[in-house]
Amino acid sequence: METTDNVTMCQYYSIEAGNFTLAGEAAGQIKNNLKQLGIDAALVKKVAIASYEAEMNLVIHSNGGRLIFKINPKVITIIAQDDGPGIKDIELAMKEGYSTAPDTARELGFGAGMGLPNMKRCADRFVIRSEEGKGTEVELSFNLS
Amino acid sequence: MTIQEIINILEADLFCGEDMLNKDILSACGSDLMSDVLAFVKDHTILLTGLTNPHVIRTAEMMDIAAIVFVRGKRPSEEIIQMAADRNIAVLMTRHSLFVACGLLYQSGLRGEVL
Ligand SMILES: Nc1ncnc2c1ncn2[C@@H]1O[C@H](COP(=O)(O)OP(=O)(O)O)[C@@H](O)[C@H]1O
Ligand SMILES: [Mg+2]
Repeated sequence: METTDNVTMCQYYSIEAGNFTLAGEAAGQIKNNLKQLGIDAALVKKVAIASYEAEMNLVIHSNGGRLIFKINPKVITIIAQDDGPGIKDIELAMKEGYSTAPDTARELGFGAGMGLPNMKRCADRFVIRSEEGKGTEVELSFNLS
Repeated sequence: MTIQEIINILEADLFCGEDMLNKDILSACGSDLMSDVLAFVKDHTILLTGLTNPHVIRTAEMMDIAAIVFVRGKRPSEEIIQMAADRNIAVLMTRHSLFVACGLLYQSGLRGEVL
């Protein structure tokens, strides 16, 4: 994390792989934080949607990871980081409709292959890095001004 | 169209959100794919779905969706109703299928997102 960030708030949520009961709890808390901070409702909705999809990906596809929420006067940042298994072909993963989600996720209404494209659409800046065997990091930024 | 009018059109039961009956609804989204719902861009929306798991409520929460209509007479559990009530989301149930429920609302003037 940069020290010049001027972070006014930073929260860290540990996300357990395969825990569909808790999935969405972190995104819900992030949404409530933003509402309490008086952020514009349309922007709160975009951050909430992207955070929820990011959190679901950690639950569905990763071996476990974390969701990090940061806000400073200029930008809201959401980082989803995990400890593997990583993504082999990022270009393919970004395609609408591409999904390797198991039936357990599909039964709940996920696994349509729309998560990553939707995160990209909601955010002002979208960066994804992944290394097979290591892990994946998705960084989303939302401008406040 | 108000939530009360939606209840009348769908001959629906209301499980929570009695204080929201006069809320104005401008659009609807009918889907069992929560990721598709999460990509829906309109506001003042209701969600019609055949799924009754907690992620339907979570999805509605993230989307600021005012009401959820469970179709085909799928009765939500107490846990689901409580979860929705805590988030100020009205919960309805209709015996109609997803297709027919959407059709009845469309016929009455409610619209969706035109892609
Ligand atoms: N954190 C992750 N770790 C490993 N693979 C991932 C991760 N996030 C996404 N993927 C891969 O990218 C695909 C597309 O993701 P997404 O667009 O969110 O769709 P969905 O979650 O519905 O499958 C997933 O099916 C999976 O193969
Ligand atoms: Mg996903």
